[in-house]
Formats: sequence, C-alpha cells, structure tokens
Amino acid sequence: MAATSQAATGAALSGWETVVGLEVHVELATDTKLFSAAPSRFGDEPNTNVTPVCLGLPGSLPVLNRRAVELAMAVGLALNCEIRPSVFHRKNYFYPDMPKDYQVSQYDQPICSDGWLDVPGGGRVGIERAHLEEDAGKTTHLGGADGRIHGAVGALVDYNRAGTPLLEIVSRPDIASAAEASAYVEELRAILLALGASDARLEEGSMRVDANISVRPVGSTDLRTRCEVKNLNSLRSLRNAIDFEARRHIGLYEAGEAPVQETRHWSTDGRTHSLRSKEEADDYRYFPEPDLVPLEPDPDWIERVRAAMPELPAALRERLCAQGADAADAQVIASRGLAPLVLDAVAAGADASRTVTHAVQNLALDGAELLEAAQLASLVQMETSGQLTATQAKAVLTHMCERAPDAAADPSAIAAELGYEAMDSGELEALVDQAIADNPEAWEKFCAGEAKVAGVFVGAVMKATRGQADGQAVTRLLAQRRDA
Amino acid sequence: MTSAHVIASEVRAGTRRATDVLEDFLGRIEAHDGDVHAFNTVSAEQARAAAAAIDAAVDEGRDPGPLAGVPVAFKDNLCTRGVATTCSSRMLEGWQPPYDATVVQAMTAAGAVMIGKTNLDEFAMGSSTEHSAFGPTRNPYDLARVPGGSSGGSAAAVAAGFAPLALGSDTGGSIRQPASLCGIVGIKPTYGRVSRYGLVAFASSFDQIGPFATDVADAALALGVISGHDPVDSTSIPAAAPDFEAALARGVEGLRVGVVSELTGSRGNGAANGGPVLGDAAGEVLDGIDADVTERVLEAADALADAGATVGRVSVPAVTYGLTAYYLIAPAEASSNLARYDGTRYGLRVEGADVEEMNRLTRRAGFGDEVKARIMLGTFALSAGYYDAYYGKAQRVRMLTRRDFDAAYADFDVLLSPTSPCVAFRFGERADPMTMYRCDTCTIPSNLSGDPAMSVPFGTGAEDLPVGVQVMAPALGEEAMLTVAAALERAAPPLPKPPLARMSGSKGAGS
Repeated sequence: MAATSQAATGAALSGWETVVGLEVHVELATDTKLFSAAPSRFGDEPNTNVTPVCLGLPGSLPVLNRRAVELAMAVGLALNCEIRPSVFHRKNYFYPDMPKDYQVSQYDQPICSDGWLDVPGGGRVGIERAHLEEDAGKTTHLGGADGRIHGAVGALVDYNRAGTPLLEIVSRPDIASAAEASAYVEELRAILLALGASDARLEEGSMRVDANISVRPVGSTDLRTRCEVKNLNSLRSLRNAIDFEARRHIGLYEAGEAPVQETRHWSTDGRTHSLRSKEEADDYRYFPEPDLVPLEPDPDWIERVRAAMPELPAALRERLCAQGADAADAQVIASRGLAPLVLDAVAAGADASRTVTHAVQNLALDGAELLEAAQLASLVQMETSGQLTATQAKAVLTHMCERAPDAAADPSAIAAELGYEAMDSGELEALVDQAIADNPEAWEKFCAGEAKVAGVFVGAVMKATRGQADGQAVTRLLAQRRDA
Repeated sequence: MTSAHVIASEVRAGTRRATDVLEDFLGRIEAHDGDVHAFNTVSAEQARAAAAAIDAAVDEGRDPGPLAGVPVAFKDNLCTRGVATTCSSRMLEGWQPPYDATVVQAMTAAGAVMIGKTNLDEFAMGSSTEHSAFGPTRNPYDLARVPGGSSGGSAAAVAAGFAPLALGSDTGGSIRQPASLCGIVGIKPTYGRVSRYGLVAFASSFDQIGPFATDVADAALALGVISGHDPVDSTSIPAAAPDFEAALARGVEGLRVGVVSELTGSRGNGAANGGPVLGDAAGEVLDGIDADVTERVLEAADALADAGATVGRVSVPAVTYGLTAYYLIAPAEASSNLARYDGTRYGLRVEGADVEEMNRLTRRAGFGDEVKARIMLGTFALSAGYYDAYYGKAQRVRMLTRRDFDAAYADFDVLLSPTSPCVAFRFGERADPMTMYRCDTCTIPSNLSGDPAMSVPFGTGAEDLPVGVQVMAPALGEEAMLTVAAALERAAPPLPKPPLARMSGSKGAGS
C-alpha cells in the first residue's frame, strides 16, 4: 500500500516535492479529566461523567491532572524532546461544546519541545513541540441528515468528553511523502501504545491527524503556502489527502496560479474542500490562564518518569530482528504493541519463528495485547511438541485473546474444552492404514512417486477426525509405509 | 448589636439558642431591609433548619464550632447549594448552584448559619451597587447614599445589624471600600489565603474572598475560619492559617508603620503643618482624595505613634499607575470569565435562529451596561496587535507595583493610607465611569500586588459619615496588619451607630 502510494505520488510530482508537517492530537489514557476528577471514559450516558468544572459552572476552578503531565512528559522523552517549564493559556472563542467558551491549552511555552522521531523506512522528522490541552464536548444536530448541521432544527451537547486530556504533537515540515507521513503516524502510534499513553485509535478519534501540506520545486528549500487538511480518520485518508493536495498545488503552480493558505476538509469523495481561509481566522486572544500556576517539573520528577518508561518500539524491533523476525514482521508486531509479549514468550522458551508467525498472522485481534507471555509460550510449545496442530493452535489463540487477561485464557484448558487432544499415535496409524486400504489406486500412484496424491489420504484422515489430526504426522506415516 | 464572638460563646455554652438569635436578626431584616435592600435572597427556611441543627448539637453535648449559631450573609456571587446565586445579574437570575463554595462550607462547618445572599454590583463590577440589576443597596448611615461596592449588600447588612458577619469578594477594593463607607471592618486577605472555589469569577488573578464585621476581633475570627489550603483551588497557598486572634492583643510597640505619600497628602489646606509625627508629603500625591479623609489617616498615624509604633512616610511610586493597569487586566480576565454566559447551559437564554444569534441575544439581554463596557474593554486589550501595548504593559506595571511594595516593606512592617478617597456619596453622584473607577485608587494597588489589606473605621468626615483607614501588609502578613488594626480600633473616636441600627424595629437584637 505504502509503496503504491509513493509510486503514484512520484509519477505525479516530476520536478516537485511534497512538504508535510503533521499535527497529531492524542487522547491521553488517564482515569480522570485534565482539570477535574470526572472519569475520562467514553460510551456512557451523555452528561454523566461531568463535574461543575467540566460544565464550566460559575465558580468552578481547574486542578491539573498529575498523571496527564507524566504521560505528556513520557511521550516527550520518547520523542527526544526537552521537558521545559510550561504555562497554560486560555484560547478564547465561542462554541457551544466548549463549556467555558475558552479552551485551556499550552501556547508559547509547551511542556515538550525540540525533539525528533526516526521514521522506519524514512528519515528523521523534527518534533517542534508537544503540548497539553483540554478536549471539547460533542454536539449532535437534530433534524439534519446524519447529525449534520445543515437542515438541523436543534442540537444536543454531550459534555462527557469535555475536559479529557489531549496531547498535541506538532512535527516540523520534514515529511517528504504520503508514505512517510503514514509511517510517521504508525511509529508515533506504536510509541504511544508502548508507553500506555493513549489507545491512539484513528478511526475512533482518540488519535486525530491534521496535515499541513505544501509543495516546492525539487532542490528548493523554501517553504511555500501550505494548506491544513482535517478529517483524516485513517492512514489511507492521510495518504490520499496528501497526494490529492500535492497534485492540486502543483496543478495551480503549473497553471500560473498559487494556492491560498486555508483549512481544508478531506471528504469521502476523495477530494479536499475549502473550510475557511486563515485571513478570516478568529483572534483567539490568548492570555495566561490565571486559575492555574505555571508547571515546572523538577529534574527528579522528569527522571522518575524516564526511569519508568518501557522499552520503545525501535529498540524492540531490533530485538525481534535479532530473534530472526524480518523487518516487516518486526514492524507489524511493534505497531500492534505486541513486541514485549513476543519477546517475553520467546524468553520463556517458545520457538521464536512460530511465535513471530502467530503474532503477525493470528494476533490482529482485540485482547492480543492483554495476553500473558507465559500463556503464549505454552501455546507455542504445545504446537511444536505436536500436541496441537497449526490450525488448532490458531483456534486456541483466538479464544485466549477473547478471555485475556483472565486465568481462563490458559491454552491447555482451552484446548481441552475444544476437544483438541493429541491423537494417540496408534489410533492415527490405524486411520492411515484404513485410508490406504480405502484408496488402493491412489496408494499405487503415491508409491510410484506422485507425492501430490498424499492429499487424498490426509483428507480422508482429516475427515475421519473432524480436522483434529496433525497433517504433518499423517504425511510422515504415509512416507514410512511407502518406504517400509 | 451583639458580636459574633458573644453569640458563639453563648450558643456554645447553651445560654442562648441559635434559633432565638436567628429570629432576632430575621426580625431586623424584616423591619428594615425594605429600606436598605442589602439582600437579594433571605434564606429564612434553610436558616431556621440550620439553627435548629446547631441547637440540637448543643443539646447533645457536641460543639457546633467557633461560629456556633452566628448568622452570616454571603455576597450573592458565592455559590450556595440550592439557594439562588445571581451575581445581581439578569443572566443568572434564579440560578441554583449544585454545590457550595469552599468558604460557605467552611463557615457552616464552623457553626455559622447562612441568613441570606447580599446585593452587589453586577458580577462585582462597580463601587456603589448602583450597577445591580435588582436595584441598589442603600447606606444604613444615610439612605440617600451608596454603601460602596461591589460588596455593598454585605457591608450594609453588617452595618444595619442584619447579620454580625458577612463575606464579600474584593477584586479592586470591593470589600474594603464598602466597609469604609459603612463604618465597619473589612479584610481582603493575601491572594491565595482563602479558596476561591465557588466564587463566581470576575478577574481571577485579583479576586479574593474576605469577611465584614463590626469589629476587628470578629473579622479575625471569620478570617481564621475561611483561611487555609484548598486542593481544588490551584492558586490556594499551601499554608495553614495562623492564629489571627492572637495577633489582636499584641501591642504596636516597635512596629514600623509607613504612610503612603502618594495616597496621603499633607495636613490641612496645603499648610506646612505635618503634625506631631509626620512631615509633609513629598513628591506626587494623587488628586481626588478628600481632605477630611486624609486628615483621619494622619490622625490614625499619630495614634499609632502614641501607642509606640515607629511612624514615617514612604513612597510607593507605582501606585499612581495602579488604576490604569487594573482597568486593563481585570476587564481582560473578565471578558474571558464571562464568555460562558452564552445561553447554552444555565441562566438566561434568549432563543435565536442559530447558536450565534442565541449567544448574541442572550448576552445583550442578560448583561447590564457596565458589564458590557468591561467585556468590550477587556476584549480589546487582548486583541491581536494590541496585546503588548495594553495587557502586556499593564502586566509590567503589576510587576513594578510588587517591586515598589517590596521596597517599602524593607523599611516598614505595615503601610497606611485612606481606604476610599471620600465618604459615602449620593446616588448618581459618580455616574461618569472614570469618576466611579477612581473610588478604587487606594485599594487597587494591594490587588495588583496580591498583598493583604483591610479597612478599619477611624472617625468621621463630611456629614458625620464614617471614614476608613486602610492597613496594608506584605504577603501572608495578616497578623501584623490585624495588630495595627486592633490598635487603631482602640484609639478611634467613637463612631455613631447608623440610624437604622439604633432603631428598635426588631424584637431586640441584643444591644
């Protein structure tokens, strides 16, 4: 996918190069909101996870969530940023889902600044800053089609999300293609997952990406007029929007025109549409939030956060490769946040190659990240010792993910429940002999060297055992009887 | 009038019932608040239940606390659970908060009984209560005059004997100036000494809650109850409250008292008679401070010298820029703090064709002219291109003010000045906004610096109306401030009681 996209871009861009900077908002995985003790949780009845602070009731005051600060610092450290004293500002604008009609956000003194991220398969992308801010509530328009504002007769606001902590991570315009942008987001997501800082789901909005896109002639170092594209809720939209926007800009320049700096919306029709131009942009009248004091993390606190950080995806990938995984597999495993699981399972004695294969092919499942390494290791051992077939192991794994992290996710218990018992070898031999007796012509061909007819016998044995026999063991027995 | 101290000790001792105390004060309110209009709401039913609970506690041998059975009036910008909190604005008319302000919790936990919510200039913006959407409060000393503001209702309630204690908020002088005009004691504590949680914000970096009382001892008692760290106010100072009452009996011997030259001119018609202790003011003296007021301040300084304090003049140059800086920063913060009154979640809503129109119509109908003026002023001061020239420069003046006060406190323990440049004025007399804003000339500097300051009555001026002297101290210096205030109280000429308080319209409120 990435390669295709890059090729398409390359073809369209002869003489031009794309310049992209990304602003990524992630919801931090705290129990409570950024400035109140209300649960920071989704899916509950509207307006139940609220306190006077979340509703902006008169007289209410914010108190900064310590955990949110620690997560922000951890992300900053993972992105090689400096952690600096920071100040919260008020960003003033009227909007019904903003309870106070201002957003509390870090402005010119963000908590993290001047870092970088090495993109797998790409270059080093500078991180300008990462800052904390509060999220808004959610408005649903009534009467319009699909909750949209057009034709609506009214609106309902749910403030459950109001005040949940966001970290906005702003890259420098160092990204040179749609593929690199996509890889940057994937790597960032892997880091966030590894840190437990966010569940970082693009589709569900716990990770939101805005792309600042411009183009310039190859060899130029100038930055030309950029457009900010919003509503990118998948990596695919991100890549397509960058390609579309780059082509649009090139088209304008080549026609003797120029793009205007504006905010654009990525639409399901595969195009970007103008939202508003920066010239008409609001004046947010930022000023320091007087209800909060400056945030000055002392060096000890920063070091405690650093010491508590887990191994990051880049290092984990390196260790996976050392266990024999290829770079692509290592990337998939790390991006799913499964590297520690795989490495621990291997350390617990599981066969590295089988473990990697399972992680890549059979663990794109909810709950996979909750598996116990010891349980995964014993599953792989059951398979390599012949107690389970590959098909059975996959089925057991699915059940394990559903039950993780419960103790009931134990693979031998699940195998027993499913009736997967290693076939008695005498029983299997009898079934193989029966299959040979039932298919004398095929047996002659097999003995004459037609290896592919082995499928007839394997199929017969599988049928007789309702799929529970180990296909490799059957093949082995056939060979023994032929060579005997 | 019975003091809070006396009421609390009698109720705790079981010699007086909280319910009887309450009925005495409710009777006075019933008889006279039609004239004074100190209250937006009299919460008689809740108060009767609370007083009965205090009596029950005493009957069961439990101590209801240091304010046992003491009726207290809360400014109507302090959130009270289930009791309307209006800020004297159409915008919040009838709004009932779902929670109590921290100070309300603290007062009731100490045994105080909320008797009602007092009038103020809308959202605490004003110096006379003339900007209340529900009509002004009248000064108990002269019903044709203002009680000061913005906490005019709280000051008038205490002066009229409607409650022995009240709480107000002080952003630019809103406790001290009405205390001065109503002849009572009012304290603005150090910023951060008292939690702001549940105080409807006007200008967050200045707002501070404090008590009104008829004497310094009662004010110190109430201050002790509401002081202390509050984890839900991030600007709350993590320091325990000292024993403020212990400071009252300390003498002023050896204390160094500085009279602020810029706010306190020379004695009498410019004649060179600096009096027995102080020389004439050198350098700039701000215009508009009445001679009778200056005279009382100089007499107060003399009295302190007589009591053993070292008294001298001190210059705090930045105070001359205080008013200008304050009227940029406070409206800037207010423009943001008051944005939330948009018709969406609570309070007034005027329907419109879309959200923007609903916001606009709601705010147009809900806010009075003074509030709108300050929102516009503050919005302008924060606007792109003007921020540095207005808000930014005002913040630098604020730094300068702190620096100048620090320099003054290197030589003096407390500072003295007038509280208000004039005695209580007549309704409509200061209708021009700039004239009204100058009421805060002497009080604003302590809000800019965040330091504590209080007003204590010291004699009378024109028309026999009360004059207040302002005692200022460095941050967390309330004890020295109270020591000096108590000494001034002992030395002050007797103050006539307001005519209302002398009336016997009640069933005898103990005096």
